[in-house]
Amino acid sequence: MIGLPHYLVVAAILFTIGVFGIFVNRKNIIVILMSIELILLAVNINLVAFSAYLHDVAGQIFAMFVLTVAAAEAAVGLAILVTFFRNRGDIAVDDASMMKG
Amino acid sequence: MTFFANFSLVLPEIVLAVAALVLLVAGAFRGKVGAIFTLAAVAALVAAAATAVLGPHGRAFGGVYAADAAATYAKVAIYLSSAVAVVLGDRWLAQRGDQKFEFAVLVILAAVGMGVTASAGDLISLYVGVELQSLALYVLAAMRRDDAKSSEAGLKYFVLGALSSGLLLYGSSLIYGFTGSTHFSQIALAAAHGGSNGVGLLFGLVFLICGLAFKVSAAPFHMWTPDVYEGAPTPVVGFFAAAPKLAAMMMFARVLGDAFPGAVDQWRQILVIAALISVFVGAFAGLAQTNLKRLWAYSSIANVGYALLGVATGGEIGLQSMLIFMVLYMVDVTGFFACLQALNRDGKPMETIEDMAGLIKERPGVAIAMTAFSLSALGLPPFSGFWSKYYVFKAALGTGDVMMQWAAVLGLVGSVVAAFYYLRLIKSMWFDAPAGAVDAPSLSARAVGFAAAIFSFPIVLVALVWLDPAAKAAAAAFGHA
Repeated sequence: MIGLPHYLVVAAILFTIGVFGIFVNRKNIIVILMSIELILLAVNINLVAFSAYLHDVAGQIFAMFVLTVAAAEAAVGLAILVTFFRNRGDIAVDDASMMKG
Repeated sequence: MTFFANFSLVLPEIVLAVAALVLLVAGAFRGKVGAIFTLAAVAALVAAAATAVLGPHGRAFGGVYAADAAATYAKVAIYLSSAVAVVLGDRWLAQRGDQKFEFAVLVILAAVGMGVTASAGDLISLYVGVELQSLALYVLAAMRRDDAKSSEAGLKYFVLGALSSGLLLYGSSLIYGFTGSTHFSQIALAAAHGGSNGVGLLFGLVFLICGLAFKVSAAPFHMWTPDVYEGAPTPVVGFFAAAPKLAAMMMFARVLGDAFPGAVDQWRQILVIAALISVFVGAFAGLAQTNLKRLWAYSSIANVGYALLGVATGGEIGLQSMLIFMVLYMVDVTGFFACLQALNRDGKPMETIEDMAGLIKERPGVAIAMTAFSLSALGLPPFSGFWSKYYVFKAALGTGDVMMQWAAVLGLVGSVVAAFYYLRLIKSMWFDAPAGAVDAPSLSARAVGFAAAIFSFPIVLVALVWLDPAAKAAAAAFGHA
């Protein structure tokens, strides 16, 4: 029987992969965008699993908001990435270092 | 509560949202920005501030949205500082022949998001407000599309902002799971009963605090701040350092004051550590900076540390000190960046400390105003920065908690270290040989800079007479979710 802990563990693993994808990844900014999606989906798994477990609909409503915002966030992120590409001709992470830090 | 009674509580944000949509359509059809367009944006923001003051108090949509004294206090400050940002940014872009109608629309949309977070009574409305604010701010940072630095700033802000939203959300999901509700009042009830869910709830709270610390750029989550401040357009930085900071501190106050008032022992330690790291990172890392925008980024990190010390104190006195601190800091930082955007040499912005050499002979008015802001940020009496720090330290020392008292002492040490770089800027402006002629500053930037300088001393003494009770009433509104 698959219970709440299983879902939480899957979500925690996905969340960790997402966070590491942002910090460890040294190649491509598109990969960072994918990692961000991974984090948001991990949160959604959490929310829906809790919602089913608690028999409370608020978690699923929250998940709907997260999905909507994730779409808007991806749109804004890609738009900024396009302007970055136009200025640099490249989207490697190491290039994003005009300012130190 | 009737449908319209609910909406009357949300009126300030509705005014702004409608104004943003109307301006967007008008801008898309006309394509050009005139004085009327900017005036309309400013009028909408001022009208929203007035609506927030005059409107009724209460809780809308089943407690999801709180219109109380705290929300009113924050909204007035946020909307008015956004209105100033619209004027300054519009003039700055016009000077560069790069006027865009989207600028005013984006500032208004960010202001709507900040208003929603200031009124959040529920994890969902908090998240929606945060994102509404952040998405507009990412675009503002990358506003100058042809400037490589600006787009890099936007990209960095976006990636780390999205990560912080993820942390905030993951924390929210855990809190929801372990308390069974997204309402702050229900969370407060469930947290008070504690029981077997304590550890999961604490994990959620820690993630949520980490996400908020990113938004407010408190160390150790501050690494995006210097880069974004250096790369983004100067008036946009002035906006970033003011209104969104207050909005993010309001989120801290909402989450900790409304949802976790009982768990003060758990979150106080986390906040004190974050506050002290912020103060010291801001003080020591600032010593090595030559670019004034980066320098002020570190200064803002240090100042956020003091405000967090106020939140960590908790209770009515602590939150009151935070609210006063943030508003006085907002005026200072808006004035400083207004002066910075006013200064150009041969059409190029003056951004380093060397550029400021001998400014007192070239532009005595601006130099005196910037001196006032530096002394105020340093915390020298009788400037406003002294009074803001006075409130925070008084609150921290008055708790009777040994940890808070030591934190206040260490915070004081940090401000002494930071004094070095403020004094270096002043020395460069007053005593170094002039580095060449300075272009005539634009009228609006100069006016805002002078007004803010006069506010930092002596108007602040008068302003505190009504700011003090207003912040007190606002702080009393927390914890009644």
